[in-house]
Amino acid sequence: MTTRHDTAAPPDKEGGAAPGRPPADAVPEVDKRRRARLSRRWQRDMRWSPYAFVSPFFLLFLAFGLFPLIYTGWASLHTVEMTAPTDMEWAGLRNYTRIFEDDFFWNAAKNTLTIGIISTVPQLLMAMGIAHILNYKLRGSTFYRVMMLAPYATSIAAASLVFVLLFGRDYGMINWALNAVGIDNIDWQNDKWASQFAVSSIVIWRWTGYNALIYLAAMQAIPQDLYESAALDGANRWQQFIHVTLPSLRPTILFTVVVSTIGASQLFGEPLLFDANKGTSGGSQHQFQTLGLYLYEQGWVNQHLGRASAIAWTMFLILIVVGIINYVISRRLRASS
Amino acid sequence: MTTTLTPQDTTDEKPKRIRRPRSARAGGQMHAGPIAYIILALFTIGSLFPLVWTAIAASRDTQRLAQTPPPFWFGSNLFDNLEIAWNDANLGEAFINTTFVAGVSAATIVFLSTIAGFAFAKLRFKGRGAMMLIVIGTMMVPPQLSVIPLYMMVAELGWTDQLKAVIFPSLVSAFGVFFMRQYLIQALPDEIIEAARVDGASSWRVVWHVVFPAARPAMAVLGMLMFVQTWNDFLWPFLVLTQTGSPTVQVAVAGLGRGFTPDQSLIMAGALLGTLPLLLVFAIFGKQIVGGIMQGAVKG
Repeated sequence: MTTRHDTAAPPDKEGGAAPGRPPADAVPEVDKRRRARLSRRWQRDMRWSPYAFVSPFFLLFLAFGLFPLIYTGWASLHTVEMTAPTDMEWAGLRNYTRIFEDDFFWNAAKNTLTIGIISTVPQLLMAMGIAHILNYKLRGSTFYRVMMLAPYATSIAAASLVFVLLFGRDYGMINWALNAVGIDNIDWQNDKWASQFAVSSIVIWRWTGYNALIYLAAMQAIPQDLYESAALDGANRWQQFIHVTLPSLRPTILFTVVVSTIGASQLFGEPLLFDANKGTSGGSQHQFQTLGLYLYEQGWVNQHLGRASAIAWTMFLILIVVGIINYVISRRLRASS
Repeated sequence: MTTTLTPQDTTDEKPKRIRRPRSARAGGQMHAGPIAYIILALFTIGSLFPLVWTAIAASRDTQRLAQTPPPFWFGSNLFDNLEIAWNDANLGEAFINTTFVAGVSAATIVFLSTIAGFAFAKLRFKGRGAMMLIVIGTMMVPPQLSVIPLYMMVAELGWTDQLKAVIFPSLVSAFGVFFMRQYLIQALPDEIIEAARVDGASSWRVVWHVVFPAARPAMAVLGMLMFVQTWNDFLWPFLVLTQTGSPTVQVAVAGLGRGFTPDQSLIMAGALLGTLPLLLVFAIFGKQIVGGIMQGAVKG
């Protein structure tokens, strides 16, 4: 691919002044040959330069994207230990049967699902509401948009560390506020649902504003006459939202659902740093251990890279299923509208 | 649904508001009522509160954070804590490392995405559709799934604890290619390319003299988005850079939380230091970043 890059490049370097137009007083014979050479070069350029332009991306993708992904599948069929990563022994599907027999795998899968739902659903609903409000005629709309994006600029590490303190059992701000309205201290670390909610809240906080902007962009692309004709038909604001805005946003909603689902399935930094003991088990009872954390625990703490690869490929297959479901739903929606 | 937004639409909000009523906009005829402003204010407070409280906690000492009620206003320890956190976590080196990693990564992604995005948007070649499908498919596969072989590769190459171990895998950005393609489809008229071709410009000259100038606003936005993303990246740097070596800011800040009795105010000081540079970037370029995200969002 790099050689193609080279064949495409010369005209740029050599033909400094408009190579297509030879000087008028050139000797005809030389001129003809030069033209032929130039036109060959021109054709080569037209033919190969598109590939030269896209090849750096695809080379990087092959080396650091596709190859590792396929190699993960290969490694998942072997016994590989962290201590000797090149020493692979064929294991067939044993890694898969081992993790499917492990209660902690199913626990992590369930936690990933519940944390995914608790974080994605409120996040997208709130984002939709905020986007709707931002779509009104507003004073200082840019100000609100930028403020909404401040959590997006905050790293997972910084956000998780401050949420640990805010969700502290004894001295945290949130329990203090709950006490003020008569609710007893909640153990946000050790209680299963409370801890999952706390971890989800980090995700919700970081991504709601971002998703609101995406919805807002899509809302602004809806043609105004759709609203006008709805208003002529006597639709009030709520009916306009239901019958005009939501249907027009379908592709965008689907897009954000897919992106959030992928993000939720990969959750790692938040539960790792939310654990007060900074362990990889996702709390003392594995109450908020996600699949990402379980993968890390198997690979880097227990040093079973083969088993960790099997977890990664299981997650990949789950994503493919999600992708297929998404594809089917979007086709149905397109067919029905 | 192809995008109808031009950069001016999303970035220059204010002049537009003054110049004409937003009759062309969905819902634009409706003025926001007081309830809308209250909800927005609450939401803004919710967005900012954890950040402000990070600064409050960083300005106290760790004993004060173990009392009820929690502090609501700044104490006097801010600069002491910032200094100790800076030294303990070796943040000076971490800042240099992270700026280098994020800068190189963002610049490379922008350059490669622009030429690839241009090819996908404006050039005809065999396999274009299939290749674009691969790009879109890549966007949907999270890089985290590939960490195990990447880790083995890095170990094999002897790159552990070196910054290139973080930089190279971060260069694969299908989003960047997609983003630039979407922008160039509408921002770069075919006639300009034709004109340059008639003048005998080679493809590389077209890229250099026509595509780059036309793509500059989108390149700036993509650069900022990629810088933020690389700056905040956690899992991969956490795996390949040990805290004793040359960590990035995120790894160094996360490392503050370890230790037997962690000093909470120091952790908050570290978190604050790790976040401040990006908040600064957002304070200056917030408008452009908002515009960029909204532009990248409307996809066909």
